[in-house]
Amino acid sequence: MTSTVYIMWLREIKRFWRSKARIFASLAQPLLFLVALGFGFGPIFEKAGGGNYVEFLAPGIIGMSILFSAMFMGIQVIWDRQFGFLKETLVAPVSRYKIMLGRTLGGATVASFQGIIVFFVSMLMGFMPQNWLLVPFAFLFMFLIAILFTALGTAIASRLEDMHAFQLIMNFLIMPLFFLSGALFPITTLPNALQIVIKINPLYYGIDGLRTVLTGLSQINLLSDFFVLTGVAIAVTLIGSYLFSKIQV
Amino acid sequence: MEKIIEVKNLVKKFGDFTAVNNISFDVKKGEIFAFLGPNGAGKTTTIKILTTLLNPTSGDIKINGFSPVSEEDKVRHSFGIVFQDPSVDEELTAYENMEFHAILYHVQSKVRKERITELLKLVELWDRKDELVKTFSGGMKRRLEIARGLIHHPKILFLDEPSLGLDPQTRNFLWKYIQKMNKKENMTIFFTTHYMEEAEKLADNIAIIDNGKIIEIGSSDKLKKDTKSKSLEEAFLKLTGDGIREESASPKDRMRMHRGMQGRR
Repeated sequence: MTSTVYIMWLREIKRFWRSKARIFASLAQPLLFLVALGFGFGPIFEKAGGGNYVEFLAPGIIGMSILFSAMFMGIQVIWDRQFGFLKETLVAPVSRYKIMLGRTLGGATVASFQGIIVFFVSMLMGFMPQNWLLVPFAFLFMFLIAILFTALGTAIASRLEDMHAFQLIMNFLIMPLFFLSGALFPITTLPNALQIVIKINPLYYGIDGLRTVLTGLSQINLLSDFFVLTGVAIAVTLIGSYLFSKIQV
Repeated sequence: MEKIIEVKNLVKKFGDFTAVNNISFDVKKGEIFAFLGPNGAGKTTTIKILTTLLNPTSGDIKINGFSPVSEEDKVRHSFGIVFQDPSVDEELTAYENMEFHAILYHVQSKVRKERITELLKLVELWDRKDELVKTFSGGMKRRLEIARGLIHHPKILFLDEPSLGLDPQTRNFLWKYIQKMNKKENMTIFFTTHYMEEAEKLADNIAIIDNGKIIEIGSSDKLKKDTKSKSLEEAFLKLTGDGIREESASPKDRMRMHRGMQGRR
């Protein structure tokens, strides 16, 4: 029975692996952010006493790259709907929950993989994890972020038929999720209202978790990061599965 | 004989447009049943409802004794389907598409290889099994689609215009294969077609549907007798008229169009 989840997962991996362009294209944006912001704000950040900016920024950019690619995994559902393949999986004698789970895990694996590449690219920019033994935990956080946002993207795509609507909604969601996540700047000096908004953004906990294990800079307890992120990821996956199971073609 | 598909007073509306208008019919176990109708008559919508892809607006349906609305999983275990429009994954190879299907449909790994090989040879795609489907021509995709639908042997097999886009040779092979499954495994076959001679030759019973309603139902001989026609084609034309139908849009599109028009008013 796990074979359903496995074959759906494998499909996502194969599709990703076969379009090498996607791998490179997905690197362009994080790289641009690292270079532009890293060099642009680095000196100011240091002058203000914030320390090494690339060290602060890199976990945020890793989180960003995962957020973007994970959310856009949802588009796969809309593609499948337009190319008809969705029907093939929807009439199969297997639980739609498992199909959704396989899709989500597959998409999340791909997104985490991209996060890992960004991690290594950021090392070329001078980023260095404080302790290599903790790096596997960073990968765990990447995977959790990836699951959460793949499930969210898929859930939204389950309710949509049209590609343009999906892209609009994604941009509408992704930008605030990214900018208000503490990825680019420390949030302690922000106005209270803004801090509250950031604290209800699950990505904030993901990036804080990443930053803690990679650099030791931390604003929240690591376990809280982990539990908030896991809890939200599970909840979103469940909601997504429900929406996916109700698709009509 | 036992009934395997029971449909009572099925209605499907998309907004104001009624795609299926109060139809009732039964299909017996082991029967070959043909659904004939002009374009846009409601054939595909009916199949979508029977196969759990769409919820009906009203009506009672039993597939293998289960309701497609409340017992979807049990219904999905009872049937297989070959869709009218493409549903293969273009980014996978032909073999991968077949394997994917076999795994989703719980075909044992021993049988899996055998059947995939047999079917890919049957539709003459064996030589190209490791190529990505997106490199295939339309006809090849169609053949793969059909081969895939035959990997597992369900109780009921739905075929939505299976012979569309096939050359006569492949069509001939296909029907022989389907008849064999029907005889050997007592598999019920439910198909739609525009080829009258196919329905005439193969189907035990034929339903003629037009504008969402079933006009006549019965064996080919009965339809011919009732309409005093020499061929099924003649009977069909007498029953449905000889005006050409528009099928420019799916019912859903029509609903959208309708909505758009109302909005503009």
